[in-house]
Amino acid sequence: MYEGAIADLIDELGRLPGIGPKSAQRIAFYILGADPADVARLASVLKRVKDQVRFCAVCFNVAEEERCRICRDPRRSDEVICVVEEPKDVIAVERTGEFRGHYHVLGGAINPLEGIGPDNLKIRELMLRLRSGEVKELILATDPNTEGEATATYLALLIKPMGLSVTRLASGLPVGGDLEYADEITLGRAFEGRRSLDV
Amino acid sequence: MRVRRLELTDFRSYPQVAVDFEAGPSVLVGPNGHGKTNLVEALGYLAQLASHRVAADAPLVRAGAERAVIRAVIVHDGRELLVELEIVPGKANRARLNRSPASRPRDILGALKLVMFAPEDLSLVRGEPAERRRFLDDLLVTRLPRFAGVRADYDRVVKQRNALLRTAYLARKTGGGSTDLRTLDVWDAHLARHGAELLAGRLELVDVLAPYVEKAYDAVSQGKGAARMAYRCGLAEDGDDVTADRGVLSARLLAALAKSRADELARGSTLVGPHRDDLALRLGELPAKGYASHGESWSYALALRLASFDMLRAEGTQPVLVLDDVFAELDADRRERLAELVGKAGQVLATCAVASDVPESLHGARYDVAGGEVRRVR
Repeated sequence: MYEGAIADLIDELGRLPGIGPKSAQRIAFYILGADPADVARLASVLKRVKDQVRFCAVCFNVAEEERCRICRDPRRSDEVICVVEEPKDVIAVERTGEFRGHYHVLGGAINPLEGIGPDNLKIRELMLRLRSGEVKELILATDPNTEGEATATYLALLIKPMGLSVTRLASGLPVGGDLEYADEITLGRAFEGRRSLDV
Repeated sequence: MRVRRLELTDFRSYPQVAVDFEAGPSVLVGPNGHGKTNLVEALGYLAQLASHRVAADAPLVRAGAERAVIRAVIVHDGRELLVELEIVPGKANRARLNRSPASRPRDILGALKLVMFAPEDLSLVRGEPAERRRFLDDLLVTRLPRFAGVRADYDRVVKQRNALLRTAYLARKTGGGSTDLRTLDVWDAHLARHGAELLAGRLELVDVLAPYVEKAYDAVSQGKGAARMAYRCGLAEDGDDVTADRGVLSARLLAALAKSRADELARGSTLVGPHRDDLALRLGELPAKGYASHGESWSYALALRLASFDMLRAEGTQPVLVLDDVFAELDADRRERLAELVGKAGQVLATCAVASDVPESLHGARYDVAGGEVRRVR
């Protein structure tokens, strides 16, 4: 086996998600052979990401200042909040360009198997934001799996007495797909969430 | 439906093997421990995404190999479908249909419909309720693949809910006190919703299947006793019947959960729901478990599988029939009758150690299985 720094590098890379021992080895040798300037840039970015990136004080998205880029944007509506599990979900919704409100990042979903309850998520902070009175609608965009659905139900029960409009993201068929090839669960959910066609 | 070709790579004892099958009956003959069952187990895995012999995937991969691959060509309605499944223990399996990757292994369910008879079937009659629940759920998925999702969702909710109850139980025991039970209502609601769906599926299935079981038992035992099957549901303990109305079932599950909450907190586990139900098998007026003789138990087990086959056929699919080493377990009379009853299947694959155990009528093609090789001899 390898020794010294290269072995350490392979070990560290191998601990990253989605990287197995073979990929770790390939990346390690790529770095070994790469231009020193490129490697220095990577090293400095790695350091900076831990030093400078923090979480937005309002929505808990990743940010470089106290408030994130989206929370600082005056053109966005204060009346709608989209609740997601992770910062990467914010990016996913942003890519659609459809949503012009604000976000709230929970930092996960209720998951008793992993010991995650409501207190481990940014739910208290969400309730504080809602009490300000400006928010009229809440969109629950947690993942469409067991844990995400449970989190959405929990939030809906909590928020219902406040008289806000609470909606859940529709889960259904991918655009461009063939009905014939849709799996039955997706198709079943799409049926449940069907809407009238306005013509 | 039939299997035209089966190829295995690093599955169980086989580094590499390929077998071509024909329609009609085939017999796989070979000494014990030479890999007959491994072949049909692979087919069973494609049909159920689980082995009929082991719960974990690790034993399915040949010692020293990283992954096992099952590849089968299925002929259905004159069209060929190539189904491939890669089993990597500890990781998610990967599946392909006609060479394009399926987004989830679950998507291949339904591509191969199969009814398997195995020596393990005796535990359907004599074993624990879990065996009978598994029988029902497997058949439910074969019949309507959508239920694979319902079953997985329900299992997940029960696991999460148990984890929550368990933490509450431990906190109480150590005097920790303030465990977060605010989310228990949420898990109750989800358990009731998915539980009602699964329960309704099982109830409908039992309704359809029961007459087939009675008929099949009658045929196997030649009119000795009436086999009656009923779903035994925890919700029915107050004496009322349960019907397969999802809304009603969900409401009743919620009510039952509310009633047993104190008990559940004291024991740290979910005590209400379809994961606690059973399938009651009766012979005449007596429960089959504990009262039926060895021969009667076998007849009952065969009747359950035959009924599954007849029901699927009546509903329009012609499943592949696999008889794994069952003839050795039966007396001469039952052998003949079973052979007669399965003779109508489009494809029958039977394994045995001694060729003469399998009745003449099932001797179509014959394969010798020995030392990791499969050779067609007739």
